[in-house]
Amino acid sequence: MNEEPVARARPHLAAPRTDLTDGEWHRLHPATPLLRGGIFMVAIIGFIIANLRERLIDLFIGEENYGGDPIDTIYERGATGWALLIIAGVLLVILVVFYLSWRTHTFRVTGEIVEVRSGLIFRSNRKARLDRVQGVNLTRPLIPRLFGAARLEITVAGQDGNVQLAYLGSKHADDLRRDILHLASGLRQAKQPAAPDAPVDQASAVDGLPAAHSALGDFASARFQEFRAPELDPDAAWPDSVVRILPRRLIGSVVLSGFTVFLLLAGIGLIISVVAGSSGWVLVAVLPGLIGSVGYYFSRITKTLRFSIAGTPDGVRVGYGLLSTSSQTLPPGRIHAIEVSQPILWRRFGWWQISINTAGQASGRSSTAVTGTTLLPVGTLADVEKVLQLALPGFDTDTHRALIENGMLGGRKRDAGVADFYSNAPARAVWLRPFSWWRTGWAVSGSVALIRRGVLSRDLILVPLARMQGVRISQGAIRRRLRLASAALHTVAGPVTASLSVIDVDEALVLFEWMSTGAVRSALADTSHHWSRTTPPTQKATQ
Amino acid sequence: MPDRELNPSAGQQAEPAPESSDRLELAETGEWKRVSPKYVVVEIVGTIVNAVVVCGAAALLWLLLDQTWAMWVGIVVLAVSIINLVFEPRRVRSIGYLLRADDLLFRRGILFQRFVAVPYGRMQLIDITRGPVARWLGLADLKFVTAAASASVSIPGLAEADAESLRDRLVELAESRRAGL
Repeated sequence: MNEEPVARARPHLAAPRTDLTDGEWHRLHPATPLLRGGIFMVAIIGFIIANLRERLIDLFIGEENYGGDPIDTIYERGATGWALLIIAGVLLVILVVFYLSWRTHTFRVTGEIVEVRSGLIFRSNRKARLDRVQGVNLTRPLIPRLFGAARLEITVAGQDGNVQLAYLGSKHADDLRRDILHLASGLRQAKQPAAPDAPVDQASAVDGLPAAHSALGDFASARFQEFRAPELDPDAAWPDSVVRILPRRLIGSVVLSGFTVFLLLAGIGLIISVVAGSSGWVLVAVLPGLIGSVGYYFSRITKTLRFSIAGTPDGVRVGYGLLSTSSQTLPPGRIHAIEVSQPILWRRFGWWQISINTAGQASGRSSTAVTGTTLLPVGTLADVEKVLQLALPGFDTDTHRALIENGMLGGRKRDAGVADFYSNAPARAVWLRPFSWWRTGWAVSGSVALIRRGVLSRDLILVPLARMQGVRISQGAIRRRLRLASAALHTVAGPVTASLSVIDVDEALVLFEWMSTGAVRSALADTSHHWSRTTPPTQKATQ
Repeated sequence: MPDRELNPSAGQQAEPAPESSDRLELAETGEWKRVSPKYVVVEIVGTIVNAVVVCGAAALLWLLLDQTWAMWVGIVVLAVSIINLVFEPRRVRSIGYLLRADDLLFRRGILFQRFVAVPYGRMQLIDITRGPVARWLGLADLKFVTAAASASVSIPGLAEADAESLRDRLVELAESRRAGL
């Protein structure tokens, strides 16, 4: 079904990569309509035919012929020609619709914006400003991946403001991502065309489809190479900035989750109820859930397998996925809050995870949202330090490292001899936080605020003050009695909430002043919206 | 940024400031701007309407369907509403805002106190809304919306002209201090 568009698109696909960012309108990968909805449609039609064929015959012929095959019936009645004609007509209509939707779905990238327009009847047009880009995601779901296609998504702030380029040729998507990030970074220099072998490779891959058997083999082997290739092109990342996770540790971390505890409790409850002689309905009710949980583990593990995070000149790149892969680029200064946390089950192994808040929410299923906010699914102390250095460049002096380590492991009670850099909650906070009061504290260093809290799950929260939206302190009747208050740093929505539940009253006032002045000052000094420009745009500060 | 790298009280207890009290009170110089005293009427009407609706529903449940628990719910709601009404004037008086050099300060609450500071540069938009009662009194609510839903500051009960001039002032301040998201 997709031969025809492939043939037409060849000149475009073989073009050098700078062509995509020249401000002209371009088309997407020719198999796009098929990949976006066609496969589902075919499946649905197949399902309907399989289920309703007797009914259909009954409807059209009015004969009680439930045992027969529709093709037999058509043949017997001499209606073969008509049937073929109808099928051909339907196919033609589908092809025309696909072709038109592919024709009208175009995008362009200029120095300032990315714009997509699509739709036959309901035209839609969507623009994103490049200096407001919150992240660039390159996703390869399984089936498009087999076709050598990828989806490029440019996230901007807001709930539903993303610009999706679905689908592009895999290689083109890579190049376009690089170009978009270059443009967004404020580098206006002309880029060189792609390496000479790239277009040739692409052309051969495209030629492969309609041509002879050997060419088809080339296509297959090209796809296979792509499938096995690492998510990260080695020239884009500094090799020493890459963090990888052993599959063993990843599986262990998923198994040692709160879900497992819940599952174990449910299992124990089940056994008890069976032993106690209850009827079989409990088993019937619970067992499907238990079996379904296997699927949960499987999807969690395959989604985060092959996880890698690396620093590139254009931001942190996070890649993950075994079957459907995804790689997300977060330009500098797009991280609004970071949480390093350790669930109690992980403590024995010294594992930590890192989640972040970003202003742009990757669209689509909830699973992408979960993975999109995870910067490190599981890692050791050394991994955490590496990732934090990527996420907060310039936050890597010895003092900062000590702060981070203190925040993760330290507390007021422990290491009494060593200086604890955090300003801790007073001992009377034990009335409100009987277990975690000695770990509850805060600190400010440079332009980053740190909050340490939690015992069952040890948390360290880092908020770059340049991204903080506001600060709140509050006090209720009980806290007033204890001369305590609570504080919160407001950031954009996400899994991280930067709040401090107990803090001395006078400390709270100090925190309020420091955070509010720090937020203003670090925002003025911040130039990360055009991160590659060396000089800050002065009119912003002085206007 | 504060010029000291790390916290002053690192490693030691925070010694209370000389004139410290249990209450949370900013040592802020400057006059807090208060909202219009007429705003009390809006709050009182809101509370009464709320109480009447809930108590009415409870009474119906109690009298028609013979649900005794509904009576207790109604009594509790009534009592809470009456206490609220008594404290309403003080609570409205506790609402205040202050335009500092670089950020907007907001406070409210007597029993449960709350202070919020939002830098002007973080403004995404400003919303002015008028409820029916507020419109009758010539009042308006102003909402300063940031990228964080929780950091939005909502100043209720401003005179309409004040709300509009405050909006223009805030927009102007935000324009000069714009920070990219």
